Amino acid sequence: MTKILFSEDHEYIRIENGVGTVGVTDFAQKALGDVVYVELPKIGASLTKGGQAGVVESVKSASELYSPVSGEVVEINSALSGDPALVNTDPLGKAWFFKVKIANENDLSGLKDEAAYNDYIKGL
Amino acid sequence: MEAAEKNDTPLLKTALWPIHTSMGGKMVPFAGYDMPVQYDGMGVLKEHVHTRTEAGLFDVSHMGQAILTGNAEDPAIALETIVPGDIVGLEPGKMRYTVLLNDDGGIIDDLMVTRWDARTLLVVVNAACKEKDFAFIQSKIGSRTKLQYLGDRALLALQGPKAEQVASIFFPDVLKMKFMESVKTSYKGHEIFLSRSGYTGEDGFEISVPEAFAVEFTKELLQEPEVKLIGLGARDSLRLEAGLCLYGHDIDDHSTPIDANLKWVIPKRRREQGGFPGYDKIKKQLDGSTFILRVGIRPEGRAPIREKTELFIGDKKVGVITSGGFGPTVDGPVAMGYVNSDVAKTGTKLNAMLRGVARPCEIVALPFVKTNYKKD
Repeated sequence: MTKILFSEDHEYIRIENGVGTVGVTDFAQKALGDVVYVELPKIGASLTKGGQAGVVESVKSASELYSPVSGEVVEINSALSGDPALVNTDPLGKAWFFKVKIANENDLSGLKDEAAYNDYIKGL
Repeated sequence: MEAAEKNDTPLLKTALWPIHTSMGGKMVPFAGYDMPVQYDGMGVLKEHVHTRTEAGLFDVSHMGQAILTGNAEDPAIALETIVPGDIVGLEPGKMRYTVLLNDDGGIIDDLMVTRWDARTLLVVVNAACKEKDFAFIQSKIGSRTKLQYLGDRALLALQGPKAEQVASIFFPDVLKMKFMESVKTSYKGHEIFLSRSGYTGEDGFEISVPEAFAVEFTKELLQEPEVKLIGLGARDSLRLEAGLCLYGHDIDDHSTPIDANLKWVIPKRRREQGGFPGYDKIKKQLDGSTFILRVGIRPEGRAPIREKTELFIGDKKVGVITSGGFGPTVDGPVAMGYVNSDVAKTGTKLNAMLRGVARPCEIVALPFVKTNYKKD
């Protein structure tokens, strides 16, 4: 059973068996513009909820990527270094950034489901 | 040539604002104006590449256009007391890039000066600097000249390898024009100031049109299949690849033209005779006494190295990035910055400290992309 949740910083986390796959939303990629470079965390790195987990760079600017949960990085998407534009073309699919072993399920309680996130971005 | 500026007052709109918004421009504050950074369906990368391969149309109406006339003499004589370029020797129909200098030889702004005739010059200055510049010009040479601000004119830049073909549909004269030449012409009864110039490294034109005619004229240009609107994002990546300075970033009132590697803006006569602000300091610098120099910097790998990133050789800080980003035509990161003169040689290896990690970079010759000016 997978479910997908969203942060107010426009990251998504798709949760399956205690592991979260994290990326940025379609709203985020539109705001970023053409993505030209992605910096990912290292496998084994220990992330803190709300802490920096990577960097997304468009032609214009660099933006920090925050982890929506605390936990250990168990996998990173190396396809993004060769083809960072995937973030623009398939943000919720091929352009996932990393997988994190969720340390504390309570971290998920502050995140939004898809309907709540869609309402949230309508108000921005 | 532009600099962003924070401003709490309501944003100004250029005459082309309705076109930007109707064409999907993503509007941002820039130098006090509400300006398009990119357009829906294009984006910075596509807009950049379009300008390098077809013809990009930029709204640069936020820049300051003014006519400088001499009261009893050539206004170039007075203007040369505040810029280090050869303005007196500028022939009618020719234009030149120059800089306004403060008493320390620092750059107040960079600008284009066009000679119309023996008594008339056209100046075009940066949007964020126009009030400051016009006040400075007035205070320094206001007793000898008259400065008339052209607040009722829009300015368009048509840039790229197809610019000549498109411009020739409206102005057959362009086929005879070379880089940095200018004519006064007309289209549909409206007076147009047309120059073969721009700030992208490409061949192209800047077209000054009365505001009342700007929307209609822009719509006509956009009817041509080669022409697409281009926002400020690509304007910045294009000028960076072309090695051109952005005021407030690569040059400011602390950098002299020598520091900025713009020695070429000071011709022999002016180097020998002086007569411009900061001459003593600039003369010493010309004789070899320099401390810092603007250079091109090519980071290894794919990570863009941006403004304010510090540069090191070993543990020693040797410089700082003043403009940096991703060059779509180069297909990699490109940057400019200032380094200590003793290391400012092409081929010098440096480290940029990016988010705590040393990233190898090399000093390279500018521009990053071969310029495509119509020189003959």
